[in-house]
Amino acid sequence: MPSLINLIEEDRQQQGGEKRSETAGRWQQDSMQKMLTIISNVLRGSASRNAASMVVSSRSYADFTPEATFDIKKVDLHRLEEGPPLTATLTREEGLKYYRTMQTIRRMELKADQLYKQKIIRGFCHLYDGQEACAVGIEGGITLSDHLITAYRAHGYTLTRGGTVREIMAELTGRRGGIAKGKGGSMHMYTKNFYGGNGIVGAQVPLGAGVALACKYLGNDQLCVSLYGDGAANQGQIFETYNMSSLWKLPIIFICENNQYGMGTSVERSSASTEYYKRGDYIPGLRVDGMDVLCVREATKFAADHCRSGKGPILMELQTYRYHGHSMSDPGVSYRTREEIQEVRSKSDPISMLKDRMLSNNMASIEELKEIDIAVRKEIEDAAQFATTDPEPPLDDLCSHIFATDQPFDVRGATPWTKLTSTS
Amino acid sequence: MGFMVICSLYINKISILLSSHFCILTSRMSLFQVNVRDALNHAMDEELERDERVFLLGEEVAQYDGAYKVSRGLWKKYGDKRIIDTPITEVKTNTLAGVQSQHNISLSQYFELACRHLSSCAVTMVTRANQKPFFCISPQTVVFLENELMYGVPFELSEEVMHKDFVVPIGKAKVERQGTHISLVSHSRCVGFCLDAAAVLAKEGVECEVVNLRTIRPLDVETIEASVIKTGHLVTVEGGWPQYGVGAEICARIMEGPAFNYLDAPAVRVTGVDIPMPYAKILEDHSVPQIKDIIFSVKKVLNM
Repeated sequence: MPSLINLIEEDRQQQGGEKRSETAGRWQQDSMQKMLTIISNVLRGSASRNAASMVVSSRSYADFTPEATFDIKKVDLHRLEEGPPLTATLTREEGLKYYRTMQTIRRMELKADQLYKQKIIRGFCHLYDGQEACAVGIEGGITLSDHLITAYRAHGYTLTRGGTVREIMAELTGRRGGIAKGKGGSMHMYTKNFYGGNGIVGAQVPLGAGVALACKYLGNDQLCVSLYGDGAANQGQIFETYNMSSLWKLPIIFICENNQYGMGTSVERSSASTEYYKRGDYIPGLRVDGMDVLCVREATKFAADHCRSGKGPILMELQTYRYHGHSMSDPGVSYRTREEIQEVRSKSDPISMLKDRMLSNNMASIEELKEIDIAVRKEIEDAAQFATTDPEPPLDDLCSHIFATDQPFDVRGATPWTKLTSTS
Repeated sequence: MGFMVICSLYINKISILLSSHFCILTSRMSLFQVNVRDALNHAMDEELERDERVFLLGEEVAQYDGAYKVSRGLWKKYGDKRIIDTPITEVKTNTLAGVQSQHNISLSQYFELACRHLSSCAVTMVTRANQKPFFCISPQTVVFLENELMYGVPFELSEEVMHKDFVVPIGKAKVERQGTHISLVSHSRCVGFCLDAAAVLAKEGVECEVVNLRTIRPLDVETIEASVIKTGHLVTVEGGWPQYGVGAEICARIMEGPAFNYLDAPAVRVTGVDIPMPYAKILEDHSVPQIKDIIFSVKKVLNM
């Protein structure tokens, strides 16, 4: 054992003198480093934990590439001369952050699936797994002082917009520790500058324009991201919103998350034109690979610049995929094949894509990512534990929080003799 | 040129079941256990078979078998022409159906109202019944609202009801339970609660008459008045909000009509709590009328 560690130390000293390119493309794997990985894996497998962690810690973070640039897919443009750049730079910190957030969303949704099947979560539950790159990428292109509104597939956004897993899961189970005090449920979660969570298909888009109008009115250089799906894209109110926001040059980014299916209806069966990025007509549009977090981020940055420079709205179509059915009552295989789902999972999974990129460019080690996985798993377990043991809201809270700020007032109960009080 | 009736025959049969329990006929009749979803399905099937001009149009009604599986099997049986999937466009669907019927008198249509936009907001469903009612007697358009919580609930149907020509008129309420002391007037899911409350109260010697409205508009005021004149007391029960609700309308009509003179006590409404519907189970249970609320109100009205 000691001799192996000496070997590793020696190797490190040898490599210390090597120059590392900041903007290298494909990182050339040094054979020594390959051996290092193999050794640490073997040690981990057969030896004690101490030995394995000693190997890991002997590889200090200075060994990792701090930053790398990746080629990303070209974006289709509508009424735009130029689009987002064809390359994206990712720092190690960003990479780890995106990885952790996407993994957290993934695990959280799978946990929600589990709890739903145990009937601990009831009612509507629309899961986001498969689409993580959209939520994380968008957040990477805007700031928390910008605004965002989406439809009912909102758990991922609640997290990226500042919610904690504990609050989200407790809201799903309808407990007092939930992000909406247990009164909202899956489709009504809110945080600062995040307006939910909306049940009526497409109705959130005009609301988003309203938020954008407020941004323009207050002159605070903020913008609003208004999301909707391929099913909602045919709603009339969305076209009304296109018109008004274009006319008034509102700082709004319309984002169509095209996951190919509106509930059970494929895009071909619901839409005369499936080029959703062009549906804004006079509004410039981008069609982006929604499974690649870097693609989404660069496109969002581009769109945000467009809005902030006062040019008015812009439309982004994110081509993405959901692994689950529309909601928990939909197995998701009556209108698409399992093979299709499997294929997307194996070829385009957003988390795998990021992981491969980071590993093959030596931006992180497998162990490090595994540690993140373990930490995420623990966080989800703790949250689920909290969500199942936290008590339900108290009955005194039945009528509370109807208005934002108001004097307490009487609320009629189920009978004329039942007088309840609402407090804010 | 009015709209054509929307499968009024089928609707009437279903409205018996939807409204809740109905009298189990005597032992000579054989009984079938059918849940609301299947009853709706059978009725639609019968209407589609009976008349070529009947078609089903809505979100996820065809290949998906219906958002709540109410139209299961119909697309397989009748095909693309009769069972049509639409994009998600509520206003358009209604307008399209309306326009067609205006131009062609002979075209019957059916609105699949249990489609996503209504079913995704159960509170609004009740509210819409209160605020935008346009049930009309044939040959008018009929809006048929289904309580999604009732889909899986089974009821017993007699052979007579199962027969495909069995119909019930729109605009007629039904007295589900005869009584002498007080009238409970209700619709949809709450009728079941009224019957349960009546069973409990019967043990204390109070006989409640339970009236199932079945149709919100036109309101069968005659049946309600006859019941109130007989019992002298009235409690309306509904799941919706009190303000501007079905119960409010009933009370106003009773006051304006002859039955007022027969009331021995003010009429009272049992309603949902006047708040946005909360999510947590315990809060949800307490925001809709419960059997104990009905019993409490009856006793208060009867001064017990």
